Amino acid sequence: MEVLKIATAGSVDDGKSTLIGRLLYDTRSLTDDKLEAIERSSKQKGYDYLDFSLATDGLVAEREQGITIDVAHIYFSTATKSYIIADTPGHVEYTRNMVTGASTSQAAVILIDARHGVIEQTYRHFFINSLLRVKDIIVAVNKMDLVDYAEERYQEIKSAFEELATKNDYKDQQVTFIPVSALRGDNVVTRSDAMPWYQGQTLLEHLEALDTQDIYNRGKARFPVQYVIRPKTEDFHDFRAYAGKVYGGELNVGDEVVILPSKTRSRIKEIYFYDQTYETAARRSAVSISLEDDVNVSRGDMIVKAGELPSIDKRFTATVSWMDAEHLQVGSNYVLQHGVHKVLARVQTVHHRILPDYSGVETGVDSLKMNDIASISFQLNKPVFFDAFKAHRTNGSFILIDPRSNNTVGVGFIE
Amino acid sequence: MTAKTHINALENEAIYIMREVAAQFERPVLLFSGGKDSITLVRLAQKAFYPAKIPFPLMHIDTGHNFPETIEFRDQMVAELGVELIIRKVQDTIDQGKVKEEFGRYSSRNMLQTTTLLDAIEAYKFDACIGGARRDEEKARAKERIFSVRDDFGQWDEKNQRPELFDMLNGQIEHGQNVRVFPISNWTELDVWTYIEKENLEIPSIYFSHPRKTFVRDGLIWSASEFVYKDEEEIVEERQVRFRTVGDMSCTAAVISKAATIREVVAEIRESSISERGARIDDKRSEAAMEKRKQQGYF
Repeated sequence: MEVLKIATAGSVDDGKSTLIGRLLYDTRSLTDDKLEAIERSSKQKGYDYLDFSLATDGLVAEREQGITIDVAHIYFSTATKSYIIADTPGHVEYTRNMVTGASTSQAAVILIDARHGVIEQTYRHFFINSLLRVKDIIVAVNKMDLVDYAEERYQEIKSAFEELATKNDYKDQQVTFIPVSALRGDNVVTRSDAMPWYQGQTLLEHLEALDTQDIYNRGKARFPVQYVIRPKTEDFHDFRAYAGKVYGGELNVGDEVVILPSKTRSRIKEIYFYDQTYETAARRSAVSISLEDDVNVSRGDMIVKAGELPSIDKRFTATVSWMDAEHLQVGSNYVLQHGVHKVLARVQTVHHRILPDYSGVETGVDSLKMNDIASISFQLNKPVFFDAFKAHRTNGSFILIDPRSNNTVGVGFIE
Repeated sequence: MTAKTHINALENEAIYIMREVAAQFERPVLLFSGGKDSITLVRLAQKAFYPAKIPFPLMHIDTGHNFPETIEFRDQMVAELGVELIIRKVQDTIDQGKVKEEFGRYSSRNMLQTTTLLDAIEAYKFDACIGGARRDEEKARAKERIFSVRDDFGQWDEKNQRPELFDMLNGQIEHGQNVRVFPISNWTELDVWTYIEKENLEIPSIYFSHPRKTFVRDGLIWSASEFVYKDEEEIVEERQVRFRTVGDMSCTAAVISKAATIREVVAEIRESSISERGARIDDKRSEAAMEKRKQQGYF
């Protein structure tokens, strides 16, 4: 069984929760007691329909205000796939939560209300998903029942979105359009009789057909060392292995490797997973490896194949999404966590800020407020070993931590 | 070694999280209840550090109202693994006058555990507590982070959580704060059972079908026991049951079941139209029961 992580984007009024509820309902993923709870709550609030958002909006504040504030994770499965949906808020003040949800997703469902068409929020959702290199975008044109299932309206919205997509620099991105009515269940799980003009897949059919093996972009193999395993017991007296997760490519016993930052060379001697040894460590596997030579390796170091070195530098420029109420200021210092490697970083220059309506950029900015996205140059106290985000999703991203509050205050994508 | 299948991907993610805990914190602890989720956590911790021993102790917050089968299982498992087990008793917290025993029909020690847990965290100066909560269990837990920061009072500020991006976990905290860590956040109930079967893990016998003296209240099947309040008119009968979750006796309801093996349990869950926590009496107190408990410092 494969796992597919999806992020949803759209405001409450676009019918996002109804769509998720419909997916759960039509795949029979809602248990009786959960359905009963939804029925009870809906009735109590005097609604004459089932309010599925009550299943996903888990916090009291969310139910009171009728909006999604924080990312909720929803799970369901079919015979072929396990799905994890990150249900993210659509409002501009929660952009940071959308970035969070999109960061671990392979696919995104962007909802558009057929009555309103492409609006500013659609720009934001599309921009963020492209920035984060989310590979599959599904544009669900919802509430088709309220525009009489008119093909003309659907085509209009599709053209407007395609116009938007021409500005996108992520050429491998797949954009798919599906006309749906979440409320009535048209083209969500079951095919719609009301739209004979649409011959494509239903939303679930499309999700079922997606290739999950590409969740994290393939690239060169990167092995950030998380932890050094030294049992110091009688049975394993001289045992020493480096634990971590393999990103981008695979590692094999016998590979000639370079350890960063020391640039020492060695070879992979053994690959362990629990009490077994393996010839190969695949992408995304959490293994431990030992080296032929007795070299000095510690947490934060990186093991890469010889001839596949990343950039090693104390400066770089990145697109940063700011997530904290305290403003980012030019000249401020932050802890920069790149994978498991932490360094100190100073904000040198803000090159430009992306305008909130994504129509262009603004220069001459020296501070960022929450939910701003901007291009920034950093100066670091120690080198990091990175790739451009476009070439390597994991090794090209980092988080910023404010040493005063310890909060995660931003995320960056190295340019 | 591959990470291709669903269960392998979840296992690799959890092992990565275990290692982050060991690397980022000085005094971590694994909260162990003897239930299937915490048994799964122990196996994941073993795998993360093998051939070294698990580099942190286990801790059980003992309500004194446990199923005896769970306690028996706990002690046997700890002896086999050779890990340190810390036991802190809710009874001691009651004796110290810090909490009051509940009385009446729905009395339970479930809420009282929080105080015992927070006291233990302070006494041992734990800075990270690994727990087996999963996002699919309950809608407040669906909002939970993998590294979830608790303030000096052990409380959860659900509206102001740290964003978690990609694999990067931020464990930086102030002195006195602690982090609750949930390595199996993304697992479902079925995933846990699939893993127990794949790894051939031992679990307490009450997860399988057995005869038990029970009575029915509010449509749920309660264990008849000295720890559970019962009205005289509530009739005790022997029923063939099993438990889907294991809390203490006063807050966990049984389900009618003939499932005697892991395979049969998995088949039963697939067919079931009731959720796992549908048999948790503690969640039925109100729509926001779990969120309230979590804010106060519950698991």
